[in-house]
Amino acid sequence: MRVSPRSSGRIKPSGRGTEVAIWYLMRVTGVLLFVMALAHFSILHFIWDPAEQTSEFVTRERWNNLFWRAYDWTLLMLVLFHSFVGMRTVILDYIHGARARVIIMSSMWILAGILFVIGSLVVFTLPGLET
Amino acid sequence: MRRYLGLLFRYRGREGTIAWAFHRISGVGVWLFVILHVIDIYLIGGNPAAYDELLAFYASPVGRVMEVLLGAALLYHALNGMRIIIIDLWPAMTVHHRKVWWANWIIFFGLGIPGAAIILLPLYRDQLDGLLRTLGVS
Ligand code: HEM
Repeated sequence: MRVSPRSSGRIKPSGRGTEVAIWYLMRVTGVLLFVMALAHFSILHFIWDPAEQTSEFVTRERWNNLFWRAYDWTLLMLVLFHSFVGMRTVILDYIHGARARVIIMSSMWILAGILFVIGSLVVFTLPGLET
Repeated sequence: MRRYLGLLFRYRGREGTIAWAFHRISGVGVWLFVILHVIDIYLIGGNPAAYDELLAFYASPVGRVMEVLLGAALLYHALNGMRIIIIDLWPAMTVHHRKVWWANWIIFFGLGIPGAAIILLPLYRDQLDGLLRTLGVS
């Protein structure tokens, strides 16, 4: 990765291909995460305390509400995209062998797929939603 | 190992190197936590007793110190990410890059210290209550 001496971020790739799209999408998801991830952290760590957050609490107090289920699922999608695409940049920076890259990146996408499935499954199927 | 440390710090500049290395380390760190966090939330459906046990660890003293570190990594990454976005999309800000960098740290500690105090409160609540009582406040 080439780093910008101005911002210390990745330099915007030239052209109009996937790499440019990724560069922009990292920034768009970053701004959304700035709001949503920091709000999520503040609510669950400053307003509530982990000592209160039993599975019973999540079912009764958080996921009884469609808004919070939708919020949490959106946050999951954003963070999976942003962090796995971010990790791709990190891995391509340090792993140079073609074979090693294929093996590591395939495992990464499989892991992302598993988190996508189990994360979505529990948000969509946990009973207790009051409509 | 030296080769890899060299790679991590190969981008040279002053604040820039630190900003970049911290952004990378905090990004990878929060990513690791996200993996754990998706799994623990999944347990609410799959195995609530195991989830409750893990949450009891999160609420323990060691768990709370780790919670503060997680919050610090997230806050640094979020603020520095916004700094990158602002300077990339608004090149005129480059003139003020030092001010933006220091403003970041002021916000980081300004929000981070009270935040850490709230998270760690159960570890010193008794002492705080005792102190307030001797002072006659409560
Ligand atoms: C909270 C708001 C966030 C903002 C504003 C933000 C912003 C950014 C930006 C702009 C980049 C790209 C840097 C570049 O292209 O040079 C980036 C990279 C990255 N982000 Fe985030 N991010 C946020 C949250 C997160 C979260 C929650 C995670 C992890 C779960 C994460 C993981 C990563 C990773 C692994 C990278 C790649 C780092 C690298 O290439 O060195 N980010 N972030």
